[in-house]
Amino acid sequence: MSLTKFTSITGSCVPVPGPDMDTDRIIPSRFLKCITFDELANVMFWDERFDENGKSKSHPVDDPRFRGASIILGGANFGCGSSREHAPQTIRRSGIKAVIAESFAEIFFGNSTGIGLPCVCASAEDIAALSRYVSEHPETEITIDLEAMTASWPDGSIPIRMPAEAREALTRGRWDSIAELLVNMDAVEKKNAELPQVSASC
Amino acid sequence: MGKTLFQKIWDAHSVGILPDGRTQMFIATHFLHEVTSPQAFGMVRDLGLAVRHPERTFATVDHIIPTDNQAEPFADATADAMIRELRRNCAENGIRFFDLPTGLQGIVHMVGPELGITQPGMTIVCGDSHTATHGAFGSIAMGIGTTQVRDVLATQTLALSPLKVRRINVNGKLAPGVRAKDVALHIIGLLGAKGGLGFAYEYGGDVIDAMSMDERMTLCNMSIEGAARCGYVNPDMTTVEYIKGRLFAPEGADWDKAVERWLGFASDADAEYDEVVEIDGASIEPTVTWGISPDQNTGISGATPDPASARDADERKMIGEALEYMKFPPGMSLKGLPVQVCFVGSCTNGRISDFREVAALIKGRHVAPGIRALAVPGSQMTARQCEEEGIADIFREAGFEWRLAGCSMCLAMNPDKLQGDQLCASSSNRNFKGRQGSPTGRTLLMSPAMVAAAALTGKVSDAREVFSMN
Repeated sequence: MSLTKFTSITGSCVPVPGPDMDTDRIIPSRFLKCITFDELANVMFWDERFDENGKSKSHPVDDPRFRGASIILGGANFGCGSSREHAPQTIRRSGIKAVIAESFAEIFFGNSTGIGLPCVCASAEDIAALSRYVSEHPETEITIDLEAMTASWPDGSIPIRMPAEAREALTRGRWDSIAELLVNMDAVEKKNAELPQVSASC
Repeated sequence: MGKTLFQKIWDAHSVGILPDGRTQMFIATHFLHEVTSPQAFGMVRDLGLAVRHPERTFATVDHIIPTDNQAEPFADATADAMIRELRRNCAENGIRFFDLPTGLQGIVHMVGPELGITQPGMTIVCGDSHTATHGAFGSIAMGIGTTQVRDVLATQTLALSPLKVRRINVNGKLAPGVRAKDVALHIIGLLGAKGGLGFAYEYGGDVIDAMSMDERMTLCNMSIEGAARCGYVNPDMTTVEYIKGRLFAPEGADWDKAVERWLGFASDADAEYDEVVEIDGASIEPTVTWGISPDQNTGISGATPDPASARDADERKMIGEALEYMKFPPGMSLKGLPVQVCFVGSCTNGRISDFREVAALIKGRHVAPGIRALAVPGSQMTARQCEEEGIADIFREAGFEWRLAGCSMCLAMNPDKLQGDQLCASSSNRNFKGRQGSPTGRTLLMSPAMVAAAALTGKVSDAREVFSMN
């Protein structure tokens, strides 16, 4: 299985500011009624973007300046709440290639890494400055370099952070862990035999 | 130096280190539900793989099922397709499915404990963030995404990085009328919605030691609301007594061996923690949320905050956004606020002890005029117990709609939804924007006793006053 090696990601940005951007806001529960992820393109942040009559609330995602953006700039604890993978799935399927935020909820981060959606952290000040910059120059392309660990653009650069394991997995094309997990099945079966197994008394 | 329970379970289940540095962790027990599993089964099929250990895998249906009429096909065609898909996936792979006709169906985090499948010393996962609930038994229990559900189905393992452990001591004694839910909300308020990033929470101290298993489950359930992916309580005799005699509990000589093994997983007295937090149990009040994140809460005597008083720009923004969404002014007292809907249920507070308590409080009284009150037992077993003990009738006579088992209005993936900007006193776990099914609906999280007080008075009330608790 040959996977994309994410060494750098380039694209324009859309700021989605604010802390604790929860998974219910990223994708409301009614969109979870599905048996595949195929229909999840373009529903991200739906209730943040449209009122109950379908009228636009002028969310940044729908701002013509940020049309075609492929990097989200978020706040702290991005993706908190539910474990629904539908959240990173809708983000990725809506054309987003990476998220830069102050911090990520762990389940969301793991889900994103596992589907090849790099999530990198930067300081609040740097994200605020970058958001201001892209609001004034929305066409600016940002390059997230996972080897140099920077996000840079023609006028500047900021340091970014990511746990070493996730960085390793993304840059070496090992972000889908199934291949590695399947390698050790003998050891897994040994562990299975060692550990108790519940069974029903009737 | 001693080890924490987290380290002991981690070591016992570790298969090896993967090339990226993460640990390949054996999963002792895997729970499935209909929302986060169908895509995972599809991925397993697409890869030409099989379910590796169906005997360690258990399924039920909870999120999408209607709680008024469960005759099939369901009125909602997609919901119907989802239950049929889970049925097919379980049948094809030899997975035990606690389906509607079994009498054992319910919210996945109630079914595991009620049947005795959830036991100390296990790694437990489920495609659901409230899997943290199972930590009450002294397990590492965490929510995972669908691609990880695939990994567990196909290999019975996961790639994981270890967490730090924060010991949270709640000592002293809770005041009358203060419940496990209040303790959970208080901790989240104190440490913040992102305070637990990178941590497992180990709950201990006098207050936790004295808690029943139901109460410990309420507490561990909400660990994820404070960003801790898992939370646990060390196993003790309360844990052991709870499991004894349940359908999947060990028996005979196996029982004694199991108990010895279970208790051995408890953190050692000289275990070292990454952090320790001390909380005085007596300082906790019945607690209510006022905002759109579970850490936005206050004791019932409190008021909504002023954004100007925030500690930093993030908090100021969150307070402002919350008050705007909730349509509350700063400095507004929570007590006396009229509500329109009251909900008792969910994996946080939909257990038998919750319904017993509320029944005792509302017996012979009636829900206030104009209030829609919903009681949704978390499982069929609990629902049956409530019928047998006369609890269901007490709720019906008090004017509650008594429903069938499911997640219901906690996240409103079934027809149980708020309408417009209704304000709901809810025993559930999340007050996120739109959480209860209306994009403008508003949620106030509180204990079941506080929901009962709101239902009878039609407004946010102090349960201690309404029910003379002292």
